Amino acid sequence: MLKHLKSYCNQQVSAAPLAVFRIGFGLMMLISIIRFWSYGWIEKLYLDPKFHFSYFGFEWVKPIGDWTYLVFIICGLSALFVALGLKYRLAIILFFLSFTYIELMDKTTYLNHYYFISLVSFLMIVLPANAYYSIDNLINKKQYLNIPKWTVDSIKLLLGLVYFYAGLAKLNSDWLFKAMPLKIWLPSKYDLPFIGENLMQQEWFHFAMSWSGMLYDLFIPFLLLYKRTRTYAFVLVVFFHVFTRVLFPIGMFPYIMIIGSLVFFDPKVHHKIIRSIQKFLKLFSISPKPVATATFNYANQKLIVSGLVVFFVIQLLMPFRYVLYPSELFWREEGYRFSWRVMLMEKRGYANFKVVNPDKNTYFYVDNTDFLSSFQEKQMSTQPDFILEYAHFLGEQFKAQGHEPIEIYVESYVALNGRRSQPYIDPDVDLLKQYESFQPKSWILPFKDEIKGL
Amino acid sequence: MPFCFYICKIIINMMKKTILAVVSLLMIGACSSDDSSDTDAIQNDDFDRSAMLVNWADNIIIPAYEDLTAKLETLVAQKEVFIAEPNAANLESLRTAWKEAYKVWQHVEMFNVGMAENTNYIFQMNVYPTNIQDIQNNIQSQDYDLSSVNNNDAVGFPALDYMLYGMAESDAEIIEVYTSAADSGKRKTYLSDLTDQMNTLTLAILEDWKNGYRDTFIANTDNTATGSINLVVNDFIYYYEKGFRANKFGIPAGVFSPNPLPDRVEAYYSSGFSKVLALEAIDAIQNFFNGRAYTSGNNGKSLDDYLNSIKESEELSSMINSQYDAARSKISTLKDCFAEQVETNNVTMTETYDIIQLAVVLLKVDMLQALDISVDFVDADGD
Repeated sequence: MLKHLKSYCNQQVSAAPLAVFRIGFGLMMLISIIRFWSYGWIEKLYLDPKFHFSYFGFEWVKPIGDWTYLVFIICGLSALFVALGLKYRLAIILFFLSFTYIELMDKTTYLNHYYFISLVSFLMIVLPANAYYSIDNLINKKQYLNIPKWTVDSIKLLLGLVYFYAGLAKLNSDWLFKAMPLKIWLPSKYDLPFIGENLMQQEWFHFAMSWSGMLYDLFIPFLLLYKRTRTYAFVLVVFFHVFTRVLFPIGMFPYIMIIGSLVFFDPKVHHKIIRSIQKFLKLFSISPKPVATATFNYANQKLIVSGLVVFFVIQLLMPFRYVLYPSELFWREEGYRFSWRVMLMEKRGYANFKVVNPDKNTYFYVDNTDFLSSFQEKQMSTQPDFILEYAHFLGEQFKAQGHEPIEIYVESYVALNGRRSQPYIDPDVDLLKQYESFQPKSWILPFKDEIKGL
Repeated sequence: MPFCFYICKIIINMMKKTILAVVSLLMIGACSSDDSSDTDAIQNDDFDRSAMLVNWADNIIIPAYEDLTAKLETLVAQKEVFIAEPNAANLESLRTAWKEAYKVWQHVEMFNVGMAENTNYIFQMNVYPTNIQDIQNNIQSQDYDLSSVNNNDAVGFPALDYMLYGMAESDAEIIEVYTSAADSGKRKTYLSDLTDQMNTLTLAILEDWKNGYRDTFIANTDNTATGSINLVVNDFIYYYEKGFRANKFGIPAGVFSPNPLPDRVEAYYSSGFSKVLALEAIDAIQNFFNGRAYTSGNNGKSLDDYLNSIKESEELSSMINSQYDAARSKISTLKDCFAEQVETNNVTMTETYDIIQLAVVLLKVDMLQALDISVDFVDADGD
């Protein structure tokens, strides 16, 4: 076993796939940041709201006024530097830090694919993605044609993991046997040309989409791994992501996954891609002199490999942490994030906060729009940790206005995957006496139905 | 960039293949479902959204605006009569005209779309409590821009409420401030300008609906943030929550403040008219929900039918309707003057609020989920 591992660690592959991945990843990230900025989302999501929802333990990460722009500038520039392979190590570390900082500023904007990007960039810190076809090669006058096989494989593993776990998460009764939430989402795309008013309305089509989505996620990593099915699998990747992009507002994610999946291809393909970049650069008379090749050696390979083993074990276990909490996961959302649960729920809620003065026995309700953006209110009203954090914020807010003693209660309703709305949080629990932790939240009311499956 | 070209080339090639494959798959799917069509009817999108929009525009919104314009013209005419000769009889006619127009207004306030939205119309017609200080300043200075945001609380129906009922203690004294008292001329001018402004604004919006906007409105059936259905449904729910629930009941009952605020009721100065308006409003809300035509009372397509067209949502429309009925009968038990209700028995007022509140959940959570209408302009990415 150990021998196998050792010989595996010593296997070498072409450095081209990782170089192409680096270029693609860097460019996509640069475009993402520019797109994000140009849509005015920095102001809308991070600067305008008076209050931001923090991740447990990361309450210190907040937007920093106009300096927030600087974080985005650093993030965009470091993405460009990653693509160029210029001062790669520093660039990827800065990218990882700035991107993750942005994501931690407000969990309202949590998306699985943002988390994915944080993980990939973290992984890339220890990968020699600048070994080949990078500006660093020119500076150091050295390039490496081959790198350890595990470096490329680790990217493949992470990508495969995302797909596979997203597939596992679809193995539940709502998705497979009720075609929920696609049965709600697809008919509402009635305005799509050609297919909107017929195909999108068919029940069989909702089931077909649910099942094929599940099968796609579960099997695509394997289809990409095997040479025989690889081209066909890539066609599927492109089709699937373009199709979901047409149907749902999922931004840059589909393109990132399409470009990312190229890493599964043979080095020949990557050399072709690099050659076409070279040709293009020649048009601008940029043709750098070839540099000497050298053999790539990790100084501390053992340490890094063991680190990555820990990293991946955590990744494998994280999505299953929900078993430590009472069911229903979709209802309680304890252990829901960071688990590749993508597009599984249509959840809407309504939360009405009541500020009580227990001494005088008086109360009043809060107008959420006084404190939250409509996006924040939407996210808050269906997730217990948001509700708790907001209640504490309201407590501080009204205490500062002289309302004391003070208790805060919430009357809330949530509808999940087409079921009628049900009371969500115990209306008799003073939320100011509850604190965020990893313990199960006793004040979430039980879900009056059952969703079977993983 | 050639990198991108290369990718594009791969993608285009593959897309060609995929489209072929998918089209053939779809053909198979379509054929096989054709076979079973007699047993299990194909669920084509049989809800006619443009018919719903046509019903909203032609049978509800435009007729309500037409009626409002007619009532406001009467108001303007009565105002002229009163200004020419301020006496008790003319004051009474003017007040009646104001009441009639205010009632019709309840059928218009929820439609904050098109020109109404662009011109901030709703906020120039019914922001209350009205600001007496601002009104007095305007009267004194005689230099005002009634459409300015700063004057939103010094114009519209609530301002007239004050001008016609609240300027002085008794009717005789009110007539006096328009006749013998100092500045009576300035007051008449302000009264006149206010009324004319309301009429002009409303007329412009009616004209806009009739000349073009109606067609744009009914054509835009998309399920996007700017689609007509999304706009109207979001306005409708916003109105129900804010204009109806909070403004008419919640705020005066002290639901959002430590103490009740009886002077925040609608039509405060005319005391005894707030209940009429509230009942008119709940009718308008329910009529819109059920697609009941403003003039003929005929039933047309609206949200109730839309919900009924969706599997498993059939009972939702009747649940919402019974909630409206419950709200109406509770409102009927209130005193004519809401301010008096709050001062004498606020518990009944907060109970009314609670009943109205129950429909908010049904509308905002259940209905929006069933129709998959997104909440106002949340345009960030999802995953």
